Amino acid sequence: MNLWRKPFDIDEKAPRPVKIHIDIDRCKGCGYCAEFCPRGVLKMTGELSYKGYDMVGVVDDGKCLGCGLCEAMCPEFGIYLIYEDKELK
Amino acid sequence: MTKMLTVDTNPVDCYLRVDRIPHIWCAGCGIGPATGCFLRAIDRAELNPDKVAVVSGIGCSGRVAGYIKLDSFHTTHGRALPFATGLKLGNPELNVVVFSGDGDIVAIGGNHLIHSARRNIDMTVICINNFNYGMTGGQMGPTTPLDARSATSPYGNFEYPFNLPYLVAASGATYVARWTVLHLRELERSIAEALTKPGFSFIEVLGPCPTVYGRRNKLPRGMDEMRSYQERSVIRDGADPKDVELSLNGPIVVGKFVDIERPTLWDCYQQMLDRVTKP
Repeated sequence: MNLWRKPFDIDEKAPRPVKIHIDIDRCKGCGYCAEFCPRGVLKMTGELSYKGYDMVGVVDDGKCLGCGLCEAMCPEFGIYLIYEDKELK
Repeated sequence: MTKMLTVDTNPVDCYLRVDRIPHIWCAGCGIGPATGCFLRAIDRAELNPDKVAVVSGIGCSGRVAGYIKLDSFHTTHGRALPFATGLKLGNPELNVVVFSGDGDIVAIGGNHLIHSARRNIDMTVICINNFNYGMTGGQMGPTTPLDARSATSPYGNFEYPFNLPYLVAASGATYVARWTVLHLRELERSIAEALTKPGFSFIEVLGPCPTVYGRRNKLPRGMDEMRSYQERSVIRDGADPKDVELSLNGPIVVGKFVDIERPTLWDCYQQMLDRVTKP
């Protein structure tokens, strides 16, 4: 007997490909997004931005699940996600 | 299918006065996430943004009214609630939100807070609690926990602080909740609930203040304060507001504490008007 089947709603529940946008003009380098990202997609680069703040960078776009925690947590409204399949909807 | 050329922006940018961003709050301030939660909660509660008015007082969180592209009013120190009362009674269709800090709502405007809760005016109060007066340099206030250091209590605070949910619930509020800015989803859901609920709704939001509060209390970065929230917070919905007092290093009980029904001031007024004008 086959106990495993493909979930019926896998197409709508599967993580959608996502692109992370970081607005360097707004970022003040608090590091919340890098610290609380559940997949370690974001990381502090150790470099300084042109304003003199610590910079955050994207390590691996492919690992992102699109949960949107970084977007909700950013105190500067400076990070947001764009779902690549937006046009299909 | 023609492909539209769109410029992507942050989803909450449509509610922000983007020409004023970046804002003046310090790196790691808790007011930013709380503002974002409120803006997303407007969408979540499916409110008409033209019918939402934001009133704020003085202080760091008082500047929220200036950054939000809704009908907003930046009032005098501590008088956000009286202004909001007038706004609500002048135009009962409006959904009035008071967005201010603990020094504004609880310290100088403490009397207005208990009387607004007593009269049960239909409004939502979001109180950002950062445990001190942040904008003026970190003086101790009525919410500073015992033994916490601040600019005016350099050896530790010896005054007992307010327990805000208990104070407001005892005064008669119909919805009382407390969250930290780390509980983003819960906070968003809670604000959406409070916006749609008739009656006086009070949400206390604990936010880090790294520059003046954290620096004196061994939490020098915003991240340290967030970590301490993560370790100390306990979600306990329906807890007795009496037992949710905050301390310097003790557990932070968060959750929705009170959710009751009570006639609002406007309902009582209409009832009385009907009774008096009946021939």
